[in-house]
Amino acid sequence: MPLVVIRPRSRWVPINLRGMWEHRELLYFLTWRDVKIRYKQTVLGIAWVVLQPLLTMTVFSIFFGLLARVPSDNVPYPLFAFCGLLPWQLFSRALTDASMSLVEHERVITKIYFPRLLVPISAVLASLVDFGVAFVLMIGMLFLYHVRLTAAAFTLPLFLLLAVVTASGIAFWLSALAVQYRDVRYVLGFLTQIWLFATPVAYPSSLVPARWRPYYGLNPLAGVVEGFRWALLGKGQPPGPMLWVSVGVVVFIFIGGLLYFRRMESTFADVI
Amino acid sequence: MSDIAIRAQELSKRYRISTRLPYKALRDTITDGIYAPFRAMRYLVARKPQAGQESSPGTDGGFVWALRDVSFEVKQGEAVGIIGRNGVGKTTLLKVLSRVTEPTRGWAEVRGRVGSLLEVGAGFHPELTGRENVHFNGAILGMTRRELSRKFNEIVAFAELERFIDTPVKRYSSGMYMRLAFAVAAHLDPEILLVDEVLAVGDASFQKRCLGKMGEVAAGGRTVLFVSHNMPAITRLCQRTILLDAGCVVLDGPSPEVVSTYLQSGIGTTAAREWPDLAKAPGDDVVRLRAVRLVTPQGAIKRTVNIQETIGVQIEYEIMTPGRRLSPVIVCYNEEGVCLFASGIASRDALYGQDPSFVGKRVATCWIPGNFLAEGTMTFTVSVNAILGGNYAHTVERDAVQVQVVDPVDAESVRGLYGGTVAGVVRPMLRWTTESDQPPSGCSLGEQNEKGAEGLGPL
Repeated sequence: MPLVVIRPRSRWVPINLRGMWEHRELLYFLTWRDVKIRYKQTVLGIAWVVLQPLLTMTVFSIFFGLLARVPSDNVPYPLFAFCGLLPWQLFSRALTDASMSLVEHERVITKIYFPRLLVPISAVLASLVDFGVAFVLMIGMLFLYHVRLTAAAFTLPLFLLLAVVTASGIAFWLSALAVQYRDVRYVLGFLTQIWLFATPVAYPSSLVPARWRPYYGLNPLAGVVEGFRWALLGKGQPPGPMLWVSVGVVVFIFIGGLLYFRRMESTFADVI
Repeated sequence: MSDIAIRAQELSKRYRISTRLPYKALRDTITDGIYAPFRAMRYLVARKPQAGQESSPGTDGGFVWALRDVSFEVKQGEAVGIIGRNGVGKTTLLKVLSRVTEPTRGWAEVRGRVGSLLEVGAGFHPELTGRENVHFNGAILGMTRRELSRKFNEIVAFAELERFIDTPVKRYSSGMYMRLAFAVAAHLDPEILLVDEVLAVGDASFQKRCLGKMGEVAAGGRTVLFVSHNMPAITRLCQRTILLDAGCVVLDGPSPEVVSTYLQSGIGTTAAREWPDLAKAPGDDVVRLRAVRLVTPQGAIKRTVNIQETIGVQIEYEIMTPGRRLSPVIVCYNEEGVCLFASGIASRDALYGQDPSFVGKRVATCWIPGNFLAEGTMTFTVSVNAILGGNYAHTVERDAVQVQVVDPVDAESVRGLYGGTVAGVVRPMLRWTTESDQPPSGCSLGEQNEKGAEGLGPL
């Protein structure tokens, strides 16, 4: 029979992968429940998942592509924008949902034990479902614009993984912070807005002079979005120093987020 | 060694209490950080205690100890009750043992899968259907998917909600909600079960069913830790009980002993209080209270009473100085502290009203008729007063005894078959007279009924 020892923990706590594996079915249920709740009693339902990037793409195409004449690496602007919006929407949705996920699960966290890390992870996974639907639309657009996939498309899963890891890392930080500091909710809206413009979604990263591009890579999403574009469209920046800087930042944020979360986890039930 | 299911050693839990906003804002932390060095300097210079660290009694600076050096051992298959007043740390103890929160000091060992019922229906989401909520709630309580699909029909049958299982839970009545939530929890199959007063909610029939299920679980060889204020339930289900007070273990032994210590010491309110030691009994040189009990007409002590039943408040007191006219008085309060009525015997009883009291024991019982009190918890304050020269109370025992008035919906009480909320702090069965116009031509209502009955015939 399993023996559990309960004692006050030291400051830096191991990640408890075993505990999470034991509760893997709970992860499935948390994700499934998140997805269900999102679309219950909605009229648009899953259509919203498609409408959102489409509408944003349209607005971008008119104002950035047409009127402001932002260059787009020799790719039709709508396609260019949509390709960038795809990972961006995954990220921003995951972020918004995951940040307040612990606070929303307050009742459960104060009454039942389970590895709390599963909560923000499930929020990130739930946005993958949205991503899947939007991706189908992306395939449609690729057909529409007669884009032929190159071998670079095989790297797409890697970039997707990078996007998920980025979202998770930031989700760990923000969800743990949100338990203690409620202004995370207000900071978040502002943060996502600024981040959208700091990321090469509406414009290509080639706008940034080559000298500064590695610093630009400090925004982890810069590498992710450009990587997506490169994998799907075969144009734009091939992986370079910018991407490696992004990857480094992502790894740093992810591990830091994990450690911070685990350290604060024991106080959640008391503070939330 | 290996048959110990739970071992706790000096478990202590400290909570920080702050007088400021419960939610911290980054803004506050930043400004705190900026001012901290100035505050520290002021402290050094002025030698005044820093804010937030002034000690108040029972606290340790800005902290309060919810649990203090709690140690005990529970063997496999034992059912242990945990009792104590509100706020002594019972729920905190369960939270620490179920790993929801961490102890500040000490440690505990737990052998076996733990199922904790700290709240029924945790994780229920109003938008999801009953079926979906059962799955999620079961998963979060620790059931595997296979277990859930196997037990699903049992769970729904226990809750008696087969028809409504696919409607969103927000459409459920609170009774249905509780039944479903408890049904899921009741079908948990862990080696160790921690139950926290979940039986305190719901109506009487729900409570009865919960108790029944708990009894099954306890008899089935599971280790159970049961926190409750329901003394009869504790003595019925648990052989051993631990009494907590102010975060410490005060007593740990066989249930009847511990429960009666709790009752007698006055740190709980229940259906009977006794003061066997005259020197310590409440009162003065003239009269002292010996016992207060809630009894049936047959003399049995009743903690819970049907709304239709007569209940007596029996006061046993001893008069030590003769020559005064004394009257026992009871005052009845409901759960919200509203005073429902007061009653004393001076005016009615010829014996007490005329003769000055003589030395000796007295037993006076105030009979409250059935179909008078409303449902809920009724608390009685008892006193013995001098009649002449105003109302001077020789002894007052506040919140002496408590009775739970319940109304099983079976058509005999004022409520009848109506299942909803009935207003009012009292619920007297009153006489109604009705008059009406002549019924329309054709037939009277009585005739209509007869015709209907004829139609039915022998089935």
